[in-house]
Amino acid sequence: MSERIVAPFGRRLCEVTDARDSGGYRVFSALDAGGPEPRAGQFYMVAADREWGGAGGRPYLSRAFAAAGAEAGRRGVRIDFLAEAVGPGTDRLTALEPGDGLWIVGPLGRSFSPPGELSADAAGAILVGGGIGVATLAIWRRALAAAGVATRTLLGFRDRRHSGGLELFDCSPEREAEQGEGVAGNRYSGPRAKVACDSIRLASEDGHAGHQGYVTDLLAVMLEGDDAASAAVYACGPPAMLEAVRELCGARGVAAELAMEAPMACGFGACFGCAVPLAEGGFMRLCVDGPVVNAVEIETAIRVGVGH
Amino acid sequence: MSLTVDIGTLHLEHPVLNGSGTFDAIAARRAFGDELHERFPFAAFVSKTITPEPRAGNPPPRLYETPAGLINSIGLPNKGLDGFLAADLPLLAELPVPLVVSVMATSHDGFARLVAAVGERPEVGALELNVSCPNVESGLVVGERPDETLALLEAVRPLTERPLIVKLTPNVADPAAVALAAETGGADAVSLINTIKASASDPLGARPWLGGGSGGLSGPAIRAIALEQVRRVAAAVAIPVIGMGGIETGADALAFVDAGASAVAVGTASFRDPTAGARVRDELAAALAARRSADADRIAAQRSTTAGSTST
Repeated sequence: MSERIVAPFGRRLCEVTDARDSGGYRVFSALDAGGPEPRAGQFYMVAADREWGGAGGRPYLSRAFAAAGAEAGRRGVRIDFLAEAVGPGTDRLTALEPGDGLWIVGPLGRSFSPPGELSADAAGAILVGGGIGVATLAIWRRALAAAGVATRTLLGFRDRRHSGGLELFDCSPEREAEQGEGVAGNRYSGPRAKVACDSIRLASEDGHAGHQGYVTDLLAVMLEGDDAASAAVYACGPPAMLEAVRELCGARGVAAELAMEAPMACGFGACFGCAVPLAEGGFMRLCVDGPVVNAVEIETAIRVGVGH
Repeated sequence: MSLTVDIGTLHLEHPVLNGSGTFDAIAARRAFGDELHERFPFAAFVSKTITPEPRAGNPPPRLYETPAGLINSIGLPNKGLDGFLAADLPLLAELPVPLVVSVMATSHDGFARLVAAVGERPEVGALELNVSCPNVESGLVVGERPDETLALLEAVRPLTERPLIVKLTPNVADPAAVALAAETGGADAVSLINTIKASASDPLGARPWLGGGSGGLSGPAIRAIALEQVRRVAAAVAIPVIGMGGIETGADALAFVDAGASAVAVGTASFRDPTAGARVRDELAAALAARRSADADRIAAQRSTTAGSTST
């Protein structure tokens, strides 16, 4: 983990600059005029400026979202978020339209560590993403590519409806067309690391894309060789997937970081609500000691109480 | 116009504190850097409650969002007295405002140990006695009963000269009676309300949602209840009352001041806006100034009409 990026103190109002469907998910972007570029793995606490708490009084608290992309430009940093409508907060966030206001606090939390920091043997990276969790790996993949780190990416989805975000990985057909159109305004302007499409492999439980089964099936095969420890693994996805990654890497002696999720009220260590059990006993606060954690630090990635 | 408030020897530059357990000044400094100290939102920092021995806290889930509120079942995780004195106190001493340390124990001896050890530290400005935490069974006993509260105060009052604030629980029929007992026992102030006992259900089964079983409700959902309790307690005691419960704006704070509070605390609102304390302070100051100005106008207008009607 590189030195922590410090957030401006307080919350600030950003303008939503883009919002579109992405498979079964939604991507929305906000222009942060006053904040620093986030590091891959960091997150924001976000809330819509209008109709947050609407008729039923929820949502009340902000929602934690990892940055799926970030691009510094003339007017500030454009931050991309990937969301799926699964409750009152995400219902509102996936309905945001350009011009809407979005309150943000951040960037918050610990970011991913380069492979060499995780293990002396590790020079490459394997990214393992599941469902909506692919978001934070998209921004990490770009950072790894910019640093010249050999990266292989495995993304898994449940079914077509619960999938999306692939264009954040710079390899959907539409993305390639746009790159030829030049740069304008705040739409993906600026230099981009060119990342090859065939370094991504897909898995889907219903078989609609790639390997039929779990993304961890693909990881298991990849870790079978003697050179398994030459890469560090970075994972983000549902608890069961993270736990499978944790066990696989533990068994093979492979260094791994997990970007975890926990219900959060504040995001900056004030409420002690986002407890994750530690291997040594007790709990960590995921917002200040994570959300990126070393796989050996935690007791389990399985958690209860997600999705209220 | 002075906004200062004095509670014994605890001097506050303005009337807004944080609710214990709703802000971690050390973690916030890691997240926000030095700007936190340059723009610290509270007139004093009230620490999360410490206990004699370390506590890990409740298993998750610890949070449950409600309409306009939050149920928490955190379970008082803390480093314990020794860990707090060694690791946290030196960092908290760097804050630009006085430090109030919240303490809780399950026995008079435990409270005595905490009050004596914390009270003798020069870095500490005051202590808050947590007799009201609804997540730990023993806390309820003291704060629910005037006789228990009086007995506790009599046990710890001789152990320190520092101001003692008693944090009351709202989960009682007669908070004013408990507040009176605290005052009789030598408390310098009372603070209320703490969270209100609440629970949430797991939609997948007939089980509580929260890992700790039940929890405490906070946020705007409880403000009207808090206001009523502050009104009753402030009418019953002469010592300062620190009012809290769902305060999000200066207008909210002003209502608590009108109800008799000498100071207010902001808690859950900080989760949505880390600078909420400063914002409430500024809005409250503006509201008080506007009211003072309106009163002056009214008096001036009245003078001019009576002057015309007076004959000598």
